[in-house]
Amino acid sequence: MDSEILRLDANPVDYFIIACYFAVVLTIGYLARRQVSSSIDFFLSGRSLPAWVTGLAFISANLGAIEIMGMSANGAQYGMSTMHYFWIGAVPAMLFLGVVMMPFYYGSKVRSVPEFMLRRFNPTTHLVNAISFAAAQLLIAGVNLFLLGTVVNVLLGWPLWVSLVAAAVIVLLYTFLGGLTAAVYNEVLQFFVIVAALLPLTLAGLNNVGGWQGLVDKVSSGPGGAEELGVWPGNDLTGFSSDFWSVVGLVFGLGFVLSFGYWTTNFVEVQRAMASKDMSAARRTPIIGAFPKIFIPFIVVVPGMIAAVSVSELAQYKAAGGSGGSTGGSIDYNDAILLLIRDILPNGLLGLAITGLLASFMAGMAANVSSFNTVFSYDIWQTYIVKNRPDNYYLKVGRAATVGAAVAAIGTAFFAAGYSNLMNYLQQLFSFFNAPLFATFILGMFWKRMTPTAGWVGLVLGTLSAVTVFILAEVGVLDLPGQGAAFVGAVAAFVVDIVASVIVTMFTEPKPDAELRGLVYSQTPKAERTEERVGENAAWYRSTPLLAGIALVLIIVLNIVFA
Amino acid sequence: MPDQEDPPPNVSTRGQKPSKRAGALDIRSIIGMLIGFYGLILLVMGLFFTSDADLQKAEGVNLNLWSGIGLIAAGLLFLLWAKLRPLRVPEEPAGQ
Repeated sequence: MDSEILRLDANPVDYFIIACYFAVVLTIGYLARRQVSSSIDFFLSGRSLPAWVTGLAFISANLGAIEIMGMSANGAQYGMSTMHYFWIGAVPAMLFLGVVMMPFYYGSKVRSVPEFMLRRFNPTTHLVNAISFAAAQLLIAGVNLFLLGTVVNVLLGWPLWVSLVAAAVIVLLYTFLGGLTAAVYNEVLQFFVIVAALLPLTLAGLNNVGGWQGLVDKVSSGPGGAEELGVWPGNDLTGFSSDFWSVVGLVFGLGFVLSFGYWTTNFVEVQRAMASKDMSAARRTPIIGAFPKIFIPFIVVVPGMIAAVSVSELAQYKAAGGSGGSTGGSIDYNDAILLLIRDILPNGLLGLAITGLLASFMAGMAANVSSFNTVFSYDIWQTYIVKNRPDNYYLKVGRAATVGAAVAAIGTAFFAAGYSNLMNYLQQLFSFFNAPLFATFILGMFWKRMTPTAGWVGLVLGTLSAVTVFILAEVGVLDLPGQGAAFVGAVAAFVVDIVASVIVTMFTEPKPDAELRGLVYSQTPKAERTEERVGENAAWYRSTPLLAGIALVLIIVLNIVFA
Repeated sequence: MPDQEDPPPNVSTRGQKPSKRAGALDIRSIIGMLIGFYGLILLVMGLFFTSDADLQKAEGVNLNLWSGIGLIAAGLLFLLWAKLRPLRVPEEPAGQ
């Protein structure tokens, strides 16, 4: 990004607002740290948080780079079909996680997704999964760090690499000061700050373009045309020219494989639910998170669309087909929300918006780094490298891993910098890492015959097939310009993983039933899979299936309204 | 499952689980105070420091003023919630 073009004019009031926020969060971190006793407290916050807090933290952990910059960039480029990432690509999977999967996670008291793999399959599967998970976290941390660096760059004008290093140091300080409790508090606070800044931005932006009707008119006459106003069939997004295949790609690629893979197996999110105080709260965590998730796109995607029609540089960039345009090539879709903030918000609200952005990217990266830390210190170091040391030793390893992760993220941030629309990059990563994991997971959870060898063979072949699709798309054998390559890659990984697992299972020895209790659906007594609906959990508004049903009806209605 | 229940009380006080009010560390109080404080800043900015250029950017709407009022209201609601339904944190037995 060129610092001469995009600059936010922050004044002392704005800096004061930013400073207040970080003072509050670091104070909480300090206070929380004084209560940290054993390592389980540090990693899972001692399982004591109420469901609405973990629910908000659950989506806030994901309300970083991906949602704010990535989704507004997507909104600017593709319009309303970006809504799929929320209504098709997130909510159903979050509901599934709460209703079906959470009992296994919470009930078996594993500390990480790889640990679940270890107990269901074998050490090889566990190691494969732990390594691929750790790699994914480092790459995604790079995306968050890049965006954090971008905001620092826009704000202060420092060169990108200096901004990156500064941002990494801030995240490290913050992670060390409090562990997960502080991270969860920050995520919840940041959620409100973001909403407080983006809601006025959206309303004022809409007002400026002449209300909703004004936006509709301007988008219809813009380069994307009226197609950008409906969510279906989303051809631009998928890169498929056929409407039918576009819908199939969205529903199976994004809606099923990518999103279920992401939301149900990504420990950054699952870890938030594991911090809840009981089974009922753990199950409600993703479902409570689903409600804000349904409405967040209105203050994220819509501003991106507004920016694409009202900010002159971005409109020119889009008219030129997203390739530089007459502004000198320094603006791209990732800047959509920053451009709109620059054009609309007065000092004061500007400070609030910057605070929200900084806090959310920081939270995103801190979440990546802390789950990398968990997986590295427990699943790799403690299990395979240095065994049987006191808890204190592994806490120290965890801290060292955190520093290492931050340094590595500075490197991966430069990969992310190469993409004009970061969502394309992120979906690509998810197709490599999450799609095969989900296939193995779901098969292993419902099919008790599946063997330990099938576990790791499926994972390895699944990832390799997604990488193959990526390479074919990069060299031009497959022509999928939008996010279609990632969707196809995800489906390929899923199918290959399932087929390979089934074949390998036929020739290898399954685990005895007794070892699968609590890990496979049919081997787990119903009492272990359900929460006790007594005391405060008896209230109707704390019923998991009912809340999930309401959320499901909401997304169906929204899909019809915005079809 | 045994672990889904609250940790067993280490001290018994008249049959109740030992617990303490979360007080200032209750996240609702923190949200309420932070948001309310931000609301006050924006309100002051909106009332006394709004330039014509600011107004022009938003077609004449005083964004700071209205956002400030909204934030103060939201902050007060959170403080009220925390006050009316105080959070009770069970005392943790040492270690796990």
